[in-house]
Formats: sequence, structure tokens, C-alpha cells
Amino acid sequence: MLESWPAVALLLGAALVAVSRGQVRMLIMLAAPLLGAWGVYQLEPGTVIEFQMMGLQLTPVRVDKLSILFGYLFHLAAFIGVVYSLHIKDRMQDVAALAYAGSAVGAVFAGDLLTLFVFWELLAVTSVFLVLARRSKHSLSTGMRYLVMQVGSGVLLLAGAIWYASAGNGLTFDYIGLDAPGGWLIFIAFGIKAGFPLLHSWLTDAYPEATPTGTVFLSAFTTKVAIYSLARGFPGTDVLIVIGTVMACFPIFFAVIENDLRRVLAYSLINQLGFMVVGIGIGTQLALNGAVAHAFTDVIFKGLLMMSMGAVLHVTGEMRGSELGGLYKKMPKTAILCMVGAASISAFPLFSGFVSKSMVVAAAIHEGHTVVWLALLFAAAGVFHHAGIKIPFFAFFAHDSRYVDTAHEPPVNMLVAMSLGALLCVGIGSFPGLLYSLLPYDTGFWPYDVSHVLSQLQLLAFSALAFTWLKLAGIYPPELKSVHLDVDWVYRRWVPQAIQTALERLAPVDRSLRDKSLALVDATLSMLARHHGSYGLLARSWPTGSMVIWVAVMLGLSLALYYA
Amino acid sequence: MSADKQKTYLFDNPRNVRRVVLGLVGACVILIGLDLVVHRHVSHPWEAMFGFYAVYGFVACVLLVLLAKEMRKVLIRKEDYYDETLPSANPSSREDPRA
Repeated sequence: MLESWPAVALLLGAALVAVSRGQVRMLIMLAAPLLGAWGVYQLEPGTVIEFQMMGLQLTPVRVDKLSILFGYLFHLAAFIGVVYSLHIKDRMQDVAALAYAGSAVGAVFAGDLLTLFVFWELLAVTSVFLVLARRSKHSLSTGMRYLVMQVGSGVLLLAGAIWYASAGNGLTFDYIGLDAPGGWLIFIAFGIKAGFPLLHSWLTDAYPEATPTGTVFLSAFTTKVAIYSLARGFPGTDVLIVIGTVMACFPIFFAVIENDLRRVLAYSLINQLGFMVVGIGIGTQLALNGAVAHAFTDVIFKGLLMMSMGAVLHVTGEMRGSELGGLYKKMPKTAILCMVGAASISAFPLFSGFVSKSMVVAAAIHEGHTVVWLALLFAAAGVFHHAGIKIPFFAFFAHDSRYVDTAHEPPVNMLVAMSLGALLCVGIGSFPGLLYSLLPYDTGFWPYDVSHVLSQLQLLAFSALAFTWLKLAGIYPPELKSVHLDVDWVYRRWVPQAIQTALERLAPVDRSLRDKSLALVDATLSMLARHHGSYGLLARSWPTGSMVIWVAVMLGLSLALYYA
Repeated sequence: MSADKQKTYLFDNPRNVRRVVLGLVGACVILIGLDLVVHRHVSHPWEAMFGFYAVYGFVACVLLVLLAKEMRKVLIRKEDYYDETLPSANPSSREDPRA
């Protein structure tokens, strides 16, 4: 069964977790991703499972190198996430997390657009519980906003798929392109989940509001399913190069000033997605390899960073950079593991980001996209600045916060999960051959040569020098208790405000309408009073009296008619 | 616990902080110095310039921070900004003119 439907292990696991408890539940949670990964290992590229339903040709499972790569990745991410969350006793989160991971696996093996749509929506409805599980007023409203965006993306996908299929293309999910009927709808549906600029605010809104463990799952799946879908449906689409470049650059400005450290990581997640989107847009074999390889490494290092911040949140209950600091004294292991993640996302040689990001950058330069290349270099320096330095610096160093006295290392399972992530970061970075062998194309790319290592080290060392100088000179913006406006302001503030203003403008109109209606009612009442009131023509006798009169009239009439 | 409080940690000593900064500056000097010795393969003519990546990294980060500071002036709000009730655009219209 595992070979015929790879998502079954995680989805069945979620169902069993819902009805089990204690150590049995823990065992099921650990076993489900491992069994699922075993199932992926058994899959043969080229396998296709098809059936007919109501005249539609459906392909619930289609196996190729691309889907296998993501299949491994999602099971790996689910396993690390499960280990990380073993200490919590919250059935809702456990079920949601496994079902969410299962939906992601189902989506990347979906061979037709309808199956993809089903898992697309399942991703939305399962993941929202990881936000709601925080059980606060904020998480409820954030969760609802998140759900509206996610389900909306699914509706666009369905509309696009119907249009696409009704134009005679069938439902098969392969290259779609923007020129296909419904292509733009599907593109935007993918774009919402991939965090395209202006469509990204659900991500920076919801991810930092989820539970410490929930964010680890959230950062792994939804956006990577979108990257997979873009790589499958829209490789080589030029507009993606522009979109990806903007995605790589604009979030780093927000990340520098943002106070909530998990929101900083959410912005840097969009920045990393930008690199992948650029790779898909360039569309050469090297670029596509780079995009999916970066998706792979990003899940692990971003997961590691989210886990380290989750550990800080778990221990201190605080996530604002302005309130944290000095925690290296009490959480040295977490601090070191966080710095491994930071080195990986910054693409230090020997860490995982280096072996994947460099493929996209190399592809940009080979294809002659000079501006894009310069922008990606800027983004690469910027990511070191905000994710590589800012995150560990403000959480673990900077000034001593009030939490230093009481802080301690997080539970063992959290440390184990972070160590697993860190090992993978260093392992992939030092021995990239294994990851490269899983990639869809064989390009012969090798990241380790003197020029490349030296130029990357120069870029990073001088970025760090810039941070140090700005910090020592007092130019670096301090962490402030604040929020910063982003696109979500439009629907959280501007639209409600506009509605309220409009209502206030309408109020006088509404009042005069109501006054006129009241006058009309008054006129009707007085007319009725005139005819039926005390001295009205129709009110001179009691109803019983008038009844008797009318009965007498009718009897007399019938008598007259009878004798006539 | 009280003994713990008196324990001094690595960066409580300002000399260690200075060492880290000096180490970073030293690394930067060595890395840019290597540009004189190592011939880097280049795919783009600008890459061949002496210290291109070093200068680009430094300037990019300084510009990033300076621009972000300007951006903050426009975008920053109080922490509870989204928790507040909406301010009325036209407060007088809330009052009942008939009253």
C-alpha cells in the first residue's frame, strides 16, 4: 500500500494519533514519517496510478525524480518536527501536524490538477489548527485571515483547473504555462502559497503567531509545495525571474527592523523562496536543480532556525528581540545549534545553503541576467545580516535580558531534533553529492572551487564587518517594541476603516430615509384612525352588532332570491 | 543559584568581545589580501575587480540598514496598533443631531 499511495502513512498516522494516547501515540507519530519515507524509497520513477471517475481521468499518484525528492524532504521534515514536538500533549496539534505533512506528500505526488486541488485545500485546513492551537485571541483572528487566503488560493486553483481542462487540455498536471487557458489563475493560486510580493502577508502574519512547534511544521510544507508546483507547471516563465528577485530583496528590509524574531525568520523565508522562484524562472537545468535543491536545504536550515527560536519561546515565553538577549549563558547548546542554522542560511562554505544557493546564482550569471545576479548578491549579503547575525545576536547575545537568570536548555527531544537538523545542514554542506544525486538533472555542477569559496567568504566577512561597524557606531536600528506595517495593513486596517468611514457618510442618508418611512407610517396610522377610529364611519357599531346586521341582510337577500 | 549569578561568562569580559571584533577584522584583511594572490575564475567582468565581493557585501549591508531605518520612520506603529478599535474618521457624525 505504501508504494501505491505514498501519503497514506502520514494520513493514516494522523487518524491513529487521533484515537490513541500516551506512549502509543508517540510511537505512531515517530513511525509514520519513517514508514512513509520507506514507501518513497520503494517507489519506481515512472509509476503512474490512474483511474476513471465520473468521466474524469484522475492520476492520484505520478512518480518521477522531482516528486521523489520532495517526498523524501517532507518525510524528513515531518520526522524532525515530530521529534521536536514529542514533549507536548496536545492531540489537536499532533493530528494537525501529521495530516498537514501527509497533505504535502499527497500534493507532490498528485498527477492531475483535481487531486492537487484536494491536497491544496487539505494543506490549508490542517495547517490552520497549528495557528489556532496557540489558543489566544490573536491566534484566532490570525488563523481566520490565514484560512481565507489559503482557501482562496485553492478556489483560484480549482477555477483555473476547470478552465484549463474544459479547453481540451485534460486534467494532467504537467507544464501549464501562462498562455494556457486558466494559466494565470493557476499561476496566482501557486503564487499565493509561494509568497509572491503583495500576496505574501498571510505568511508573515500567521507563522509567528503559531505554537513554538507549529511554526516548525508550517515553515516546511505549504511554501515548498508551491515551489514544487511552480517548478512543475511554470518552469522558464520569464516573469518569475522578476517576481523572485523582488521576493529575494524586499523582505530583508522588513527583517532588519522587525522585532518579533520568528517574524524576522518569516521574512527571511520569503527571501529564500525568492532564490527558488528566480531559479524556476530562469528554467535551465542548472537553475531548476538549484531551485529544488534550495527548497530541500531551506526546509532543514529554516526548520533549525525556527526550532531554536521555538526553544527560546518555549523556555522564556518571549519572542521579541527587544526583550531577549544574553541567553547563551543558560542555553549554550541551543545557541550553537542556532548558529549552525544561521551559517547554513547565510551559505557559508561547508554548510547546506552554500551548495544550493550557489546553483541559482551561477545560473543567473551564466544566462546573462546581470541585474538579477547583483540583486541576488545583495539578498545573499542581506540574509546573512538579518538571519545569520541578527537572530542569534539579539536572542543569545546583545544585552543580558531579565530571562537570563531563569532560562535553561529546552527539553531533550527539542535538542535532539535541532541536532538532527544541524547534522543534516553540515552533512549536506560538506558532502553535497548525495543531494545532487537526487536532483532532477545531472549538470555536473560542483560548488567547491577556490574562486567560489573565496568570493563567498569575502561577501560574508564584509557583511559581518558592516554589521559590527554599524552596531559599534550606534547606527544600527535598535530593536523596539513595535509593529511595522506591511501589506496586511490593507485588509486589517484600511478596508475596515474605509467601511466605517463609508457607514458614517451614509448615516445621514440612512437617517432621512428612516424619518421619511416613519412619516409614511404615521400618515397610514392616522388614515386608519380616521376611518376605523372612535368616530370613524366604519366604527360606529361594535363588530358583533355589524356582524348581526350583515347576517340579517344576507338572510333577507337569500329569502328574496328563493321566492323570486 | 547565587553562585551561578557570580559566574562570569565568555562575553562578560569586554576583552573577549574585542578579541572577536579583532578576529573579524583580521579575517577580512586576510580574505581581501587573498585577492592579490589567488586568481579567481570569473563569469562576469565586474567579478574580476579587486575586492569586488568584499566591497559589494559591505556597501550592500550599510545601504540595507540605512534604507531600512528610513523605512521604519514611515512604517513603525505601537505594538498594540492592530488591537485598538478603529478611530472614527468623522467623530461628529456619531452624535445624534436630533438630541
